[in-house]
Amino acid sequence: MFLYNLRLAIKSIRRNLSLSVLMVAAIGIGIGACMTVVTVYYMMSGDPIPHKSDRLFAVQLNNWEAPGPFDQDRPERLPELLTYQDAMNLMESDIPTRKLAMHASGLTLDPANPDINPMLTTTLFTTTDFFAMFDLPFQYGGAWDESADSSAAEVAVISRSLNETVFGGENSVGERISLDNREFLIIGVLDHWEPVPRFYSAHNNAFGETDDAFIPLSVNATWEKQNFGNTNCWGDSPIDSYAAFLGSECVWIEYWVELDTAAQQDRYLSYLAAYISEQKRLGRFPIADASAEIHDVNDWLVYNEVVNPDFRVLLGLAIMFLVVCLINTVALLLAKFSANAPRVGLRRALGASKATIFKQNLVEVGLIGLGGGMLGLLLARLGLQGVKAVNLGQYDQLVRMDQTLVIAALLVSVVAALIAGLYPTWRICQVPPATYLKTQ
Amino acid sequence: MPIRPILSALLRNKTGAVLLVLQIAITMAVIVNAAFIVSQRLAKMNRDPGFDVPNMIAFQSWGFGADYNHEVAVKEDTDYLASLPGVLGVTTTASLPLSNSGSANTFAATGEEFDEAGADTPEIVANTYVMNEQVLDALGVELVAGRTFYPEEVSYRTPQHSSFAPSVIMTRDLAIETYGTEDALGKTLYDGLGNPAEVVGIIENMQGAWVDWDDLTHVLLMPGIAAGPFLRYIVRVEPGRRDEVMRVIEETLPARNSERMIRRIQPFTEIVARSYRRDHSMTILLIATVIMLVSITSLGIIGLASFAVRQRTKQIGTRRAIGATRRDILGYFMVENWLVTTGGVLLGALLTVAVNMWLVDAYSLEKLDWAYIPAGVLILWVLGQLAVLVPAIRASGIAPAIATRTV
Repeated sequence: MFLYNLRLAIKSIRRNLSLSVLMVAAIGIGIGACMTVVTVYYMMSGDPIPHKSDRLFAVQLNNWEAPGPFDQDRPERLPELLTYQDAMNLMESDIPTRKLAMHASGLTLDPANPDINPMLTTTLFTTTDFFAMFDLPFQYGGAWDESADSSAAEVAVISRSLNETVFGGENSVGERISLDNREFLIIGVLDHWEPVPRFYSAHNNAFGETDDAFIPLSVNATWEKQNFGNTNCWGDSPIDSYAAFLGSECVWIEYWVELDTAAQQDRYLSYLAAYISEQKRLGRFPIADASAEIHDVNDWLVYNEVVNPDFRVLLGLAIMFLVVCLINTVALLLAKFSANAPRVGLRRALGASKATIFKQNLVEVGLIGLGGGMLGLLLARLGLQGVKAVNLGQYDQLVRMDQTLVIAALLVSVVAALIAGLYPTWRICQVPPATYLKTQ
Repeated sequence: MPIRPILSALLRNKTGAVLLVLQIAITMAVIVNAAFIVSQRLAKMNRDPGFDVPNMIAFQSWGFGADYNHEVAVKEDTDYLASLPGVLGVTTTASLPLSNSGSANTFAATGEEFDEAGADTPEIVANTYVMNEQVLDALGVELVAGRTFYPEEVSYRTPQHSSFAPSVIMTRDLAIETYGTEDALGKTLYDGLGNPAEVVGIIENMQGAWVDWDDLTHVLLMPGIAAGPFLRYIVRVEPGRRDEVMRVIEETLPARNSERMIRRIQPFTEIVARSYRRDHSMTILLIATVIMLVSITSLGIIGLASFAVRQRTKQIGTRRAIGATRRDILGYFMVENWLVTTGGVLLGALLTVAVNMWLVDAYSLEKLDWAYIPAGVLILWVLGQLAVLVPAIRASGIAPAIATRTV
């Protein structure tokens, strides 16, 4: 029966080929435009670490000065980063399962191999838990341990791509690299790791490339390498030295904790509140209701407005676009089916039930929808290339379609076409056989 | 052309007409709002930067060698670059204007507030640049009053320092914001710690770091050289010689000192383009959306009209046989389309405003300029008429003899 319906549908499509092509094109372009924007939006607002995003929290403390809030336009917001002294103090807490402090720097790598030119490496100064907490995969070796943090050991974990550039992808654990003229022992090489969006550093460059090297934060306490990310300061005590900077009210350290249970989260929040009261007694945290906040990964991405609002606008417009394409399809189907009325009348007179006619026409509509969906996928692919081209590399990681999206696109187009086809199909079933038999 | 029979014919096929009205209405809402956003982005990207973007080159220098001497390296590199033929000015800086990355500090016009603890200080936020005495030539900014820095005012600044600067140069907007007048020459500016500096120069407005910042022209220049080992250079050249000088820099500069790495030698236009890439891509994506939407809607109109013509071939023939001219038939389809489009744009105008209100509300976009609505109406009218023209002409070509034939 289905095959018979299929044959009929194909026959009908060929009878009005140009109209059918127009319908496929309309659905295709609508789906294509919609999918292009949806793909970027989906990747942009995706969960970069789904299995534990609700257990990882960015920590904020309001150490800001009394007269003005940290963010003049949105006074309810706390600084996104911590002062060095607060980060170091929070490291003392045993409540979180894991915890880390970090900041980025740019260091010049001078390869031992004279054929390779010196290059800039974005380096993350961080603490041991970084790797286990964010689930970094290792190709060779592993992370450093707490003793390396406390002794400021000159060890490094490097990214897979840096390892490929400098060591040709060989196991380089045990080798040394020279960063800003200081030798570091490589203890680990990462495998491919590229969370999208890059939830850490979300406040700065959420779609940037992953860092090249990772070094214990304690090394920089004496090395004095400048922070690459944001540094915001207040206060009227002069900062004349790096030591003074570390002890200042400048916020520049990103701090994350892993809290596995709700009880742990509550305990940690009370700990933070207690910490603020304690610091208040020492004359810090001047704002009367200075508070602490923790945000889990997805919250944090929203808080930092990682999704470019332009793409929300585009998404709204793309949906309206798809609606136009569907209305267009409904109108064309109505016209097409109305032309079919005499034929339907004849079939009905010969004994076809309404249900049979309905099914027949629906198969045809579904076929058009499928054609539209496939065209749409093709166009979305082109569209994504277009987005990639006009974004000058900003969203390269976002313009990929995964399986879910491909299936969703096909499903949406068939469902959309079926919905668009329901009314015309229903209309055609209402054809009273007699009317059309008479006119013949 | 009598409208009544056309209207009653339309009402007999209400669904088709309503669908077309809806389609035109949504099309209008999308293209008018898209066009408005595009025009705003274009205006934003075409603002006058106030400095000589097309003739500037920028690059980074990273000192890393064991024997790297920042002061010597900077002096040698600056002097060498300034000596290159075609170069008008060279300055070092920690960050670049219009690069979406930079420093801002708070300042005040008076130092008194700093004596009273907790006083509500009227703070001025300015985007700051530490540059050398060639700054005006290196940027190509226009001096309104005063002078550039003296070489002796230019000293090395460590990242952690509490001193302000012996002198500062500010843009007109910043002068007006700070002192209420652009005649700020000789006045004193206080930094966040209450340290004073004399305003020695006022320049025409130039844009600062962040293209989305409301106070983009609040720029303050301070004399100095950023502490190493990282800094950036800006080189401004005579018009038309940028690429030539850039090649010379690429070929000769890196080899002059192996203790530092020269990176990202690029025309300033690229830096600016990068900062505006969100706006740039939004513009292109919106234009693409408009083009596709307009084609879909036109194709829909063409498709429906062609279909109607084919369906009504016999009636058209009959009308022709009983005296209707070709013009009458052509007119029929044109007027029919005009009626439907008019319905569409009336609804579309409401929808356009609604969509704009959503955009204003949710994404704080600007309120639509009302003139865009009549423009949108006009465009859709013309579009509808153009789309229907081909099928209508075909209809008008149907021979009266058709009527005598059976289907």
